[in-house]
Order: sequence, then structure tokens, then C-alpha cells
Amino acid sequence: MKAFDILYDPWPWYLAGPLMGAAIPLLLFFGNKMLGASSSLKHMCALGNSKLPDFQYDVRSGYWNILFVAGVCLGATVCFHFFYEVDQVAIALSTKNDLMKLGVSDFQGLLPVEIFGDTHFLELRTWIFTLGGGFLIGFGVRYAGGCTSGHGFMGLSQMSRASFIAILSFFAGGMFFTYVLLPYLIVL
Amino acid sequence: MHMKTLKFLLVGMYFGVLIVKSEALSWFRIQEMFRLQSFHMFGIFGSAILVGSLTVYLIRRHSLKTAGGEAITLARKPLKPTAQVIGGVLFGFGWVLTGLCVAPVFALLGTGYVAALPILAGALLGVYTYAWSESYLPH
Repeated sequence: MKAFDILYDPWPWYLAGPLMGAAIPLLLFFGNKMLGASSSLKHMCALGNSKLPDFQYDVRSGYWNILFVAGVCLGATVCFHFFYEVDQVAIALSTKNDLMKLGVSDFQGLLPVEIFGDTHFLELRTWIFTLGGGFLIGFGVRYAGGCTSGHGFMGLSQMSRASFIAILSFFAGGMFFTYVLLPYLIVL
Repeated sequence: MHMKTLKFLLVGMYFGVLIVKSEALSWFRIQEMFRLQSFHMFGIFGSAILVGSLTVYLIRRHSLKTAGGEAITLARKPLKPTAQVIGGVLFGFGWVLTGLCVAPVFALLGTGYVAALPILAGALLGVYTYAWSESYLPH
């Protein structure tokens, strides 16, 4: 049996989770900022358009968050190319079976290339899952006032009631979509 | 780059590495999570929130200051149940379709999967559309 190789293998939750949580004290003690990622999207829009009332503020206050997500992109680039040697994500067998029933057959890589692969860019389904899915992420996080980092990690750490409601809604929406709507969209 | 700004890039890189190592940017992992077929993602949330809660508790209990000696501001997000429920459900839909939440969108962009580009474009379009329609929406 191959030993757990910390350098090239994915990490179990009990290693990755607490380290991700440590981003909270890092940002608070060294930057006096609360962890979050979704406001970066708003700041990017505000840089491009300042006419809408939602974008009437000093964008300089949001530069730190744009730098933060730029860092996320950079860190992921380095880690994925040099410290992640995985052919297939080791998901549960039951998940794999469920997805095969929905018609997913290629389990190589981080996501199903049948839907997200760059050779499928003429298919309606690919645009629904990418552009459509992205739209719902952007619209939803602004409406809900935060994402999994801001509401999930930071908000729940503060025992914020707003964040409890948001997180429950994320999961209610996600589970409803997975079981009720996804089977119709994935066969398009 | 000035250290004052560089540090945010560095913490971002740290977070980006962990998003890849935890596979939180994998569509397959998110399907597994929403089907409640593995503890992996819930373990990540639970243990991360434990570290965060301890941090918040210690800061409040001992009025801890930043490394530079400033008072730490811990503002709670305002309670807007209607917005948090409707927005939250819509975000949940997007999370299933793309297999990503916001930080993993930027992480996926770094891995080189081309799909990250229309996803990011969609997200910006969504933010713009929200700003444009905000006054007509229930809050």
C-alpha cells in the first residue's frame, strides 16, 4: 500500500479544514479584514461601471479582496500543477453510481469534461452549466450578502443569524436542484 | 508591491492551495456533498468553523488587537431573511451547476480549465444584474 503522500495527494478534511479555518485569524490579525470572497466580484463590477447606486462607493476599500482572490487563483495554479497528482477525485461509490445513472461516464479530472470540456463549447448544456451557473452564483451571492467563505466560514464563526439562514438556504437550494432539477438539465 | 497589499495576495495564495488540496473546487466533490454521500466537505466546514469560532471567541474575550496594534472590527452581517433565503437558494442552484462557490471559481481559473472563464463571466454578469435590479427585488 502506498503511504499517504502529503506533497502530491489531496488532503483529508481534518488537515485541509483547520488550515482553511486558519485563514480567518491570518486575515484578522495581519489585515483587520473578515474572510470573504464574493465582494471581490462587486468591486470588479464597480471598477467597470460607477453609475448604478450599488457601485457608488470608494472601490479602493475593496482592493484587498480583489488581491485576495487573485492570490487564490495564483496559489491554485502552483498547487494544481506541481503538488496535485490525481487522475480521478476519490468520490464515494454511491455518488459515482448516481452520476453514471444520469449519463456521466468520464470521471477523469476535477469535473466532467462531457459538460465542461473545451470541445463542447457549441452545446447549449455547456453554456447552461457554465454561464448560467455562474450567473446564479453572482446574482445569488450579492442578493444573499455573502458566499461560502463570508457567510459559511466567517459568519458561522461569529454565530451570525443572517449567516445561518444563508447557509441553510444554500444547502436547501443545492439539494433541491441536485435531486429535482439536475436530472432534467444534465440530459439536454 | 507594498507589504500592506502583498499580505492579502499571500493569504489568498494560502487559501488557493487549500482549495486544491481539499478538492473543494471539484464538481464531483460538490455532487457528493449535496447527495450527503461523504463527510469530506462537511468535515472541512465544521473544522474550519471551529478554528474561526475559537479565533472570534478569543478576540472578544481578550479584546485582542491586530499585529499592528489596531482594535479588531468584527461586524456581523445584517439580518435580511427574505434576501438571504431567495439569494441563498439561487446561489445553491449555481453551486450545483458549476460545482463551485466564489473562491473556487478563482481557483479553477488557476488550474487552467477553460470552463472557468464563462463561469466567471456569468458571475460578474449576475452581480451586475443584481445591482441593476436591486430596487425591484424583495428584501
